[in-house]
Amino acid sequence: MAIDDVVFVDGVRTPFGRAGEKGIYWKTRADDLAVKALQGLLERNPQLPQDQIDEVAVAATTQTGDQGLTLGRTVGILAGLPITTPGYAIERMCAGAMTAVTTVAGGVAMGAYDFAIAGGVEHMGHHPMGEGSDPNPRFLAERMVDGDALIMGKTAEKLHDRFPQLTKERSDTFALRSQQKYAEALTRGDIQADLIPVSAYSDEGWRLATADEAPRPETTLEGLAGLKTPFRPHGRVTAGNASGLNDGATMSIIASGKAAKQHGLKPRMRMVSFAFAGVEPDVMGIGPIPSTEKALRKAGLSIDDIGLFELNEAFAVQVLSFTDHFGISDDDPRVNPWGGAIATGHPLASSGVRLMLQLARQFEQRPDVRYGVTAMCVGLGQGGSVIWENPNFKGKRK
Amino acid sequence: MGIREEFADLANMKTDEVITHSYVTDATMPSGKTIALITLDNNRDHKRPNTLGPLTLIEFGEALEAQRKRAAAKEIDGIAVTGKPFFLAAGADLSQVQDLPNRATAALLPKLGHRVYSLMHDAGVPTFVFINGLTLGGGLEIALNANYRTVNEGAPRAIGLPEVSLGLVPGWGGATLLPNLIGIENALKVIIENPLKQRMLDAKQVHELGIADAIFPSATFLERSFLWADSVLTGKTKVERKKIGLVEKAKWDVAVGIARKSLESKLGTVPLAPYRALDIIKEVKKGDIAAGFAMEDEALADLIVSDQFHASIYAFNLVQKRAKRPAGAPDKELAKPVRKVGIVGAGLMASQFALLFLRRLQVPVVITDLDQGRVDKAIEGIHGEIDKLQGKGRVDADTANRLKGLLSGTVDKSDFADCDWVIEAVFEELTLKQDIFAEIEEHVSDEAVLATNTSSLSVEQIGAKLKHPERVVGFHFFNPVAVMPLVEVVKTPHTDDATLSTAMVTAKNLKKNAVITRDTPGFVVNRVLAKLLGTAMHAVEQGTPFEDVVEAARPLGLPMDPFVLLDLVGLRVGAHVLDTHHAAFPERFHASEALTALAEENVLIEKDSKGEPKGIDKQALKIVKKFVPKDATPYTVDDLRIEFEDGLADEIKRMLDDNVVAAAEDIDLCMILGAAWPFHAGGATPYLDRVGASERVFGATFHDPRIEGPKD
Repeated sequence: MAIDDVVFVDGVRTPFGRAGEKGIYWKTRADDLAVKALQGLLERNPQLPQDQIDEVAVAATTQTGDQGLTLGRTVGILAGLPITTPGYAIERMCAGAMTAVTTVAGGVAMGAYDFAIAGGVEHMGHHPMGEGSDPNPRFLAERMVDGDALIMGKTAEKLHDRFPQLTKERSDTFALRSQQKYAEALTRGDIQADLIPVSAYSDEGWRLATADEAPRPETTLEGLAGLKTPFRPHGRVTAGNASGLNDGATMSIIASGKAAKQHGLKPRMRMVSFAFAGVEPDVMGIGPIPSTEKALRKAGLSIDDIGLFELNEAFAVQVLSFTDHFGISDDDPRVNPWGGAIATGHPLASSGVRLMLQLARQFEQRPDVRYGVTAMCVGLGQGGSVIWENPNFKGKRK
Repeated sequence: MGIREEFADLANMKTDEVITHSYVTDATMPSGKTIALITLDNNRDHKRPNTLGPLTLIEFGEALEAQRKRAAAKEIDGIAVTGKPFFLAAGADLSQVQDLPNRATAALLPKLGHRVYSLMHDAGVPTFVFINGLTLGGGLEIALNANYRTVNEGAPRAIGLPEVSLGLVPGWGGATLLPNLIGIENALKVIIENPLKQRMLDAKQVHELGIADAIFPSATFLERSFLWADSVLTGKTKVERKKIGLVEKAKWDVAVGIARKSLESKLGTVPLAPYRALDIIKEVKKGDIAAGFAMEDEALADLIVSDQFHASIYAFNLVQKRAKRPAGAPDKELAKPVRKVGIVGAGLMASQFALLFLRRLQVPVVITDLDQGRVDKAIEGIHGEIDKLQGKGRVDADTANRLKGLLSGTVDKSDFADCDWVIEAVFEELTLKQDIFAEIEEHVSDEAVLATNTSSLSVEQIGAKLKHPERVVGFHFFNPVAVMPLVEVVKTPHTDDATLSTAMVTAKNLKKNAVITRDTPGFVVNRVLAKLLGTAMHAVEQGTPFEDVVEAARPLGLPMDPFVLLDLVGLRVGAHVLDTHHAAFPERFHASEALTALAEENVLIEKDSKGEPKGIDKQALKIVKKFVPKDATPYTVDDLRIEFEDGLADEIKRMLDDNVVAAAEDIDLCMILGAAWPFHAGGATPYLDRVGASERVFGATFHDPRIEGPKD
C-alpha cells in the first residue's frame, strides 16, 4: 500500500501544431516547446516550491537532436529550475508522458519525491515517426511480429478486419463527433484554459501560437467519406478518422497529497491505480482494453464506476474497439466529452498528459463524477491506463 | 504622398543594401485584444545581424503606416516591434551611410529615420518594442521612439548607443528622447561615456536605467512581453517611469558641463561627434522633442559627410575585419601545437606573460631565471594575481587551482625540454639574448618556436647563434600585457611559415590581434612614436615652449600629449627608444640628451593629488633649458604641427616602401591597437592624407581615393 496519496496538481500544454514545414513550430526547437510549457506551468503555480521538485521526467519517442540529451535534465535547466533539481528522459512511444506521470507517481508513493514534474514532447516535424530506428531483423525473420505492426495505420486497418462490426462509417461518425465536441469545448473556453501561448519564429515573422492548429471544424461526413485510404486500397483508415502528425509539449505537477496540502496546492485529481499491458503488436490499438481491466482490478473498481473516459484517439476504430469491448455506445457522453486526438492532434509522447489535464478540468465541472480513466494505445502492442478520483466529488460514496 | 515618394532620392539610390524586412503578424491576447507584431528580419543567419539602411526604414515605415490605419479602423489594439532571434537590430547600415554621395542626400537620412520612427509616437494605439537581443544605435532608437519597452534578460551585453565612437550622434531620436526618459546623468553615461570606453549595456542595466519598462527571462521572453503588453492595454499594469521634473532639470546644465570638461581633458577637442551630441542633450532639457530632432537632423547631416566619420568607419573596419584576417599570415594549418610554454626571465614582463599564457592557453607554463629566489618570487606574484582574478570572480576556484597547477618555476633550462614555445623577456642586450636562445636550443626539440619580446633589437641577430634560426620570431607585446590588444609579430628573413603561423595562431589564442612586420628597428608602433616623441623633444630643445609643442600635436587627436605619453612609458624607456632609433636612422630621428637628463632625475610631468597630469614640472623646465643652444630657433606652433605631420608622413611612407608591413592599413591598425590613436583620424594615414602632409612629402596620398567625406 502506498504510504501517501499521489495527486495531479496541475497540467498545461502548448497549443499543438501541425508537423512539417508549414506548421507553426517548424522553426521552434522541441526542447523549447517543453521549456515553454514548463515555465508556463511554474508561473501559474507560484506556491510550488521549486527547490522541492525532486524529479523532472520528460518523455519523447525519438530522443536525438533537439529531443536528445536527457530531456528532463536539459528542460529543467533551460526552464530555470534550480541546478539541484534532477531529471531524466522517458520513452514508451505514445504513452511517454503517461509513463512519466506513472513513474514519478511510483516515486511519490515510495516517499522518494514530494513534488515531481512529468510531461512529454514530440516534434514530429523534426522527428518523423521511427526516425533513426533500426528494428532488429529477428522481428521479421522469426515472425515475432507481423510486418504491418510497425506501420500504425496498418494496425488500425487490421482492427477493422478483426472486428467487422466496426465499419468505416462508424469510424467516420466517431471522428466527426470528435471534431464537433472539440469545437464546442473551444467555444465554451474549456480547451484554452490549459494552453500556454508559445512564440514561434518563422521566416515571415514571429507568431504567437494560442490555439491548436490541427482541428478541422468544417469536417462533414461526406468529406470524410471521400478521403483516401493511404494504408490499403479501399481500406477504412483515413487522415480524417485518425490523429495527425503534430508538434507539441505537455507538463504536469505530480505530488504527494501531503506536500500539496502543505504548500496550498489544491489537487485536481487523485491517482487511484495505473497499469500497462501488452497485446499483439499488429493490433496495438486494443492495448487499452487489457491495461484498463488490469487497472480496474488493482483499484477494486469495475468499468461501471468510471464516469469519464479520456481515451487517446490514435484511430477512431481503436477507440471503438475499446468502447465496444466494454459495451459502451459510440456516442456515450462519458467518452471524450471535449473531443480527442482526431481533432487536437497527437504529438506522440506528449499526449498522455493532455488526457489528464482535460480529465482534471472535467472533474471540476462534474462533481457528480467520482472516477475517471485516461487510457491510450502504444505502438508495438501496448496499452496504458490510469484511473483517477475526483477530489470535487459531491455524490454518495459507496 | 507615401514615405517612399517623400524620400525618393534615398529610395532610388543604387544600392546593395541587405534589407531588413518588416513582417507583420497578429497575436491574440488573453483579453481578446489583438496586437500587430512587426518582426524585423533580414532572413540571413546569425552572422548577419539586422541592419537599418534606407530601404529597410522605408519598408518599416510602410508597415507602421499600415498598422496605424488598422488601428484607426479598430482592427488592432496595439503595435509591437521585435527582431529575429538574437537581434533587434545592430543599428544603421554603415556601409550605406558611408556611400551617401553628398550633404544634401546625407541630410535625408536622419529625416527619414525621424519620419519613420515618429510613426510610433501617436499611433492611435499604444506601441511597444520587445528588445529581444543585440540592439545598437538606430536599433535602440526604434525602442526609444515607442511608448513602451520590454527587454530580454538573456540579451547579450550589446545594447546601447555607440554612435559617438564612430563619429556620429544618436540622431534618430536617441539624443533627444533618452535624457528625457532616464535623466540627464544616465543619458550622458549611455550616449557619451560608454561608447568612448567601448562599453555597452546588458539587459539588467537597460531595465534598471529605465530604458525598458519590464524585463523577462529569455525562454518565454516574447510570450511574457505580450502578456505584459496586454495588461498595459487593459489598464491592469500601470507603468511607472522616472519623473524628469524640476530637480532633474536643475542639475541638467551642470551635468552637461561636467561631461564637457571630462571630454576635453580625455579626448581633446578634435573629435566632433561627442560635442555635437552634448549640444543636443543640453538643448533638450526643455523637453522640446521637435527642436531636438531638428538638431539631430543637422548634426547627422554634417557628420555623415565629415572626414572624421569616414575615417572612423575605415578604422572600425580595420579593427573588426582586417585585425581578424591579418595580412601576410600563412595558412593556419601550418601552425604547430603549443602544449607547453617556457618563459625566460622572472621579471615583471615575464610574469605578465606567464599569467596571460596560463589563462588563455591553459597549458603548462614554466618560468626560469638564473636565481631561484627570483623564480620563487615571480611564482608567488603570479599566484597572487590568480587570487586577485578569483576575488573579482573572473575565474572560479577550480580554474584558479588549475592555473596554479600548470605553473612551475626552475633554474634548470633542461626543464624546457618539452616546451613547444619559449619566449624570452630578459634585459634588452643582444649577446645576453643570443646566448640564452643558444642555451635553450640545447634542450628543446628542433621544432620548438623561440620567440623574443624585444622592442629594440634585431630579431634576426638574436637568433644568430642558433642551429635552427628558422624557428625564431619576434613577438612584441605592449604594456600592460593583459590590456593592450596588439602583438607585433616580427618575421626575420629566416623565419619559416610554420613558425610564423604558430605565432599568429598563438596570438589569436591569447586573444590578441597580431600584425606581421619585418625585422626593422622599432617595428611599427615604437618607430612611429619615436618619430613623434623625438620631434617633440627636439622642439623643446630648440627653445619651443612645452605648451606650444602640446598645441602643435593637438590636431592629431592623440589620447595624450607627447610629454604625458613619455611619462607613461617611462622616461628611461623613452630615452632608450629615441636612442635606438637615432642610432638606426641618425638623419631622421632625434636623440634627446635632455630626455636622458630628465630620465636620470625622473622628472617631467607635475601631477595633482589624484595623479592626474597638471603640466610640466618646474625642475624639468630648468633641466631642458640647459640643453637649448644659444642660437636655437624655437618653432612656431604652425611650423611644428607641419613638422609633426610631415615627419610622420615621411617615416610611414619609408616604412611602406621598405615593406615593414603589407599596407598603410596595417600601420593604422598598429597605431590604433598599440597606441590608442583615434578612430576619427583613422589611426594615422587618413589624417596625414587629408591635412595634405602626404602630398607635401611625397606628392601623393596613402589612400586613393582618400579616406574622407564627400566635399559637396
